[in-house]
Amino acid sequence: MLTNDSPGPERPGKFLARRSDRIFGAIMIAIALFYIWSASQTQVSFLSDPVGSKTFPYIVGAVSILCALIFILRPDPDPPWPRLATSAKIAFAVVVLIGFAVSLEPLGFIIPAAVASSLISYQISPKPFNAMAAGVGLSVVLFAIFRYALGLGLAPFGRALVG
Amino acid sequence: MAILIPLAFSFGLDATQALVLMTSVYYGAMYGGRISSILLNIPGDEPALMTTLDGYPMAKQGRAADALVLSGVASFVGALLATIGLMLMAPILAKVAYLFGPPEYFALYLLAFCTLGGVSAKNQAKAAIASMIGLGIAMIGLDNQTGMPRLTFGDLHLMDGIDFLVAIVGLFAVTEIFVFIESHGKESAIGVKLGKIKVPFKDIAHSFFAMLRSTVIGFVAGVLPGAGASLGSFLAYMSEKSIARDKDTFGTGNPRGVAAPEAGNNAAAGGALVPMLTLGVPGSGTTAVLLALLLTLNITPGPLLFDERPEVVWGLIAALLIANFVLLIMNVPLVRLFVKILSVPAWLLLPGITMISFAGIYSLSGSSFDLLLMTAFGLLGYFMRKLDVPTVPIILGILLGKNMEDSLRRAMVISDGDWTYLFSSGISIGLWIAAVAGFIAPMFLRNLLRKPTRPQS
Repeated sequence: MLTNDSPGPERPGKFLARRSDRIFGAIMIAIALFYIWSASQTQVSFLSDPVGSKTFPYIVGAVSILCALIFILRPDPDPPWPRLATSAKIAFAVVVLIGFAVSLEPLGFIIPAAVASSLISYQISPKPFNAMAAGVGLSVVLFAIFRYALGLGLAPFGRALVG
Repeated sequence: MAILIPLAFSFGLDATQALVLMTSVYYGAMYGGRISSILLNIPGDEPALMTTLDGYPMAKQGRAADALVLSGVASFVGALLATIGLMLMAPILAKVAYLFGPPEYFALYLLAFCTLGGVSAKNQAKAAIASMIGLGIAMIGLDNQTGMPRLTFGDLHLMDGIDFLVAIVGLFAVTEIFVFIESHGKESAIGVKLGKIKVPFKDIAHSFFAMLRSTVIGFVAGVLPGAGASLGSFLAYMSEKSIARDKDTFGTGNPRGVAAPEAGNNAAAGGALVPMLTLGVPGSGTTAVLLALLLTLNITPGPLLFDERPEVVWGLIAALLIANFVLLIMNVPLVRLFVKILSVPAWLLLPGITMISFAGIYSLSGSSFDLLLMTAFGLLGYFMRKLDVPTVPIILGILLGKNMEDSLRRAMVISDGDWTYLFSSGISIGLWIAAVAGFIAPMFLRNLLRKPTRPQS
């Protein structure tokens, strides 16, 4: 879905031209239907008002479906999607951020931050030395600023390391 | 979205300090957006797009320093007069706001979404769906009226709803990482050399009335809920161009083409604070962030704020006035320093922004779930940016969703389910008409409102 190796000008006439908006519209319709169904499962309190808990989510879902139908019927030209290698880089950055998010609690700030910022830095500019320096420097300097200048409650090393 | 960086730093401060920091940065960002517009032909933020039109050509002619100083002065004039306008107008509007009941508030929220979507987007349906995504997310959590969980899918993390700060930082800061990884190399323009800095008195004198006219236009555009600074700078530039005798020099480095949009966008930034403070409806993406911060500090903007917490309102206005003078000093003699900061390499800057975002959100909520959610918002923002779906309505939806629903439900409780009550007062009918017009009119004015393209690098 992410990749389209020929990001050049669109080829009109082809059935699949302008498919980005169409796919987006289809996904939004699916989400909106699921959203409406979830809203219909809301438990209703005996203390209800004339509008109730469900009406507003229903309106939101209905307007979304209307908009999504417009994307399918009158799609905009496709944007240039990144090539496979770039998509892989973005996907890798997402994985790094997820890893950072889940390791912050057990491992503390300094080590995950150093690893994550080195890896992101390397994705932007593939120079290993710069990336390492950016990672270590940022993690230590920012930790010092957050902890000592602003007094935020960040742990330097988590329970898994210090016990 | 420079305003996000101090957001993280403000968590450790008390309410007044945080507020002063945020408002100063709010004005500072408006001042600062032009520097990279002029020197690199890359707008520092969206409203600064108009400044590239004449700023970059001026810089190419070797007048970069003049353009920077002139635009600094124009920013100062626009922001100072707008702050005075805010002082005069906000208390009056706060009095009017007392007349607002639930149906008027509902119409006002609708107006904010419609004008924001109508003016800023190329495709109304995409702006509308962005608002719906935001409103839909706002519904998640406990229902305000009944206390029952709604749309939480049985997940305990979602009971409290989704924090708007998580969404804001994700959609703006985290998205930037992905966009940057993709676009790296393409967006690099060749910078121009900064010459000797002196004050171009002649240009300032020549464009002084342009600054005043643009300030008025920008301020009015800023006061309109949802329209914001981009519209202010755009209208200021276009109207200055249309009344100029030397129309054809606009776009080739006319000093008035630099002064007008800068005065306009800074005046709009001041104007946008009027509806934000008196009605709780932000006029732009940046004011939405400011509103989010106020709510985090337990300060609810609205007419009551002026009576109950006058120290907050006047403290904020005093901070704006002081920030203005400090910014003038910083932007004229110290401009060289900022030019240096522009050359911080991306491989250091972006990981830094990432770390600040993560540490800021984590120290606020202490939850890894919020960090994962923030990453998801970052990815959502990336796809939205690709598909040309504006992200500011998403933020506005998350911020205002519950209030909008509450005002609808309260109105229906008062009227006992009679929907015509929504159109029962002159104010609400006016707001409904403005909302519909604000959404539809841009479709017909599209050719007129088309943004000019940046000059060739």
